[in-house]
Amino acid sequence: MRLNKILKNTLLVLMACLALTACATKKEVSNVQGQMQGDVYTGTDTVEYLADGVPDRVFFATNESILTTASRETLRAQAGWLRKNPSINVVLEGHADERGTREYNLALGERRANAAKDYLMTYGISSDRITVLSYGKERPVDSGSNPLAWSKNRRSVTVKAN
Amino acid sequence: MTKKILILLFILIPIKANALIEVDITRGNLNPLPLAVSPLSIDEESRKDFEKILKKENIGSEISTIVENNLRTSGLFNPLDKKAFLQAPDIANLKPRFEDWNLIKAQALITGKVNYVNDKLRVEFRLWDVLAAKEMMALAFTTVPNNWRRVGHIISDKVYERLTGEKGYFDTRIIYVSEEGPKTQRIKKLAIMDQDGANNKFLTLGNELVLTPRFNPASQMVTYLSYFKNMPRVYLLDIETGTQEVVGDFPGMTFAPRFSPDGKKIIMSFAKDGKSDIYTMDLENRIVEKITNHPSIDTSPSYSPDGKYITFNSDRSGYQQIYVMKNDGSDVKRISFGNGLYGTPVWSPRGDLIAFTKLHKGKFYIGVMRTDGSGERLLTENYYQEAPSWSPNGRVLIFYRETKTNSKGEGFSAKLWSIDLTGYNERQIKTPTDASDPSWSSLLSN
Repeated sequence: MRLNKILKNTLLVLMACLALTACATKKEVSNVQGQMQGDVYTGTDTVEYLADGVPDRVFFATNESILTTASRETLRAQAGWLRKNPSINVVLEGHADERGTREYNLALGERRANAAKDYLMTYGISSDRITVLSYGKERPVDSGSNPLAWSKNRRSVTVKAN
Repeated sequence: MTKKILILLFILIPIKANALIEVDITRGNLNPLPLAVSPLSIDEESRKDFEKILKKENIGSEISTIVENNLRTSGLFNPLDKKAFLQAPDIANLKPRFEDWNLIKAQALITGKVNYVNDKLRVEFRLWDVLAAKEMMALAFTTVPNNWRRVGHIISDKVYERLTGEKGYFDTRIIYVSEEGPKTQRIKKLAIMDQDGANNKFLTLGNELVLTPRFNPASQMVTYLSYFKNMPRVYLLDIETGTQEVVGDFPGMTFAPRFSPDGKKIIMSFAKDGKSDIYTMDLENRIVEKITNHPSIDTSPSYSPDGKYITFNSDRSGYQQIYVMKNDGSDVKRISFGNGLYGTPVWSPRGDLIAFTKLHKGKFYIGVMRTDGSGERLLTENYYQEAPSWSPNGRVLIFYRETKTNSKGEGFSAKLWSIDLTGYNERQIKTPTDASDPSWSSLLSN
């Protein structure tokens, strides 16, 4: 009987704990949810604009260089802007988050910037106008050590070269 | 920059006695050998001469302190407190009273003498086996006074070698990247220091980003990555003269450089169109060879000490793993099969092991495995650490570790750490600024 009571109490406490942690996790997820899809950043905190409606950067999932639907949309807008401004050349700066070895991240940044470059080229922008530059994990925009900060840092940024 | 050291080394009394003491290097610091480092004795006249030249009150005790610190940080020895010593340094060097040293539980004793002779620093030292009551080794050096720290390191190396049967690693230097400023805008400079942190010097000014310096095992040359003119390229730097040059003429980023064991080639990655392949360049005839050819990322190459094989990092399987191939790029074999991602493979100078960084479930590990991938052993776990570099005797790894920032993005730091191959004796190496990407030199003298 006594044991039963103890067990019951423990169970209650346990359930309370579970309920609390469930709440906490849910809250965190929904906070981040507005700004991340999977682990790709979808917010606008760090984004700058090359022109009206032309965001300067696209974001990637961990270890990936695949362009998301939103990224392709951004790059199409950049291609349109570049076609209208034929004298402007760009540098595509590829970046990785801090959760990887330095040398691999340099290569990954290069691969990401090239994914963006290839897409711009399929929309008619000459490769002569595009320079690729990888910074690996050397130039984060967000110095945080959390998944949201890392998602902002996995990016390719299109920068005017002239 | 650094004066070519001229050390006349001669053996006073060559001895091949049957020593009783021996340090088992594979056992870590479970039982460090208690030993006494008696201060090197010095006559009053020499003491005053050195005080004038080197601004050190007693160069004899300074040198023995270096020896003591080196032996202690190796984790294999336990230098005893000098206050307990019963015998004066000068007499101990002539003939130790072994009972006295036995009494304080010293198993080995180092004694010596310093003189100022013809503008030179002359040091002799002896290593004694206290239990067997025998001299194990006696050596003398003559060099320019400014080399006094190196004399301390060379004595440490000789003692280490005599007691463990393996070469030491104290007369060496570390090249690394000094870091300052906010995490989003780090200023990085090449820096070099003695293995114990002394004589720190900056080699670049911080105007451009520099990464991953590596020593030539055969000379005082360094290869590294610089973002000079915003073009990430592999450079070669002569640390004696300060001259530097870009390595090869590649239409894109070159990175992850290392020397071949004979120092005649640089092996590195070249990134183009989203692919990174491994190339070598012969430093004499400038001939460039492509070693890997794969649509994946191939990077972090490192030669085996005989130069016949190359270990490298590739994501050709989908994720970062470690591979080994012949030096012509043939016979590629994946060797890492554990859970998680593997990076930065570095071949041990002894040839039997490959050190690596591993990422598994949000934690970073420094570990070692045999060259066929068997016997994986993780030495240390942390929030972030990577880029191990071997001591020249293959017994210690140096690497860098970064801290997690708080919710405001504050509290970031990067520091150098070392750990024994045994997994024991993990310790931070103090640097004047934050530090990363360490590379260990070969022994400066042999």
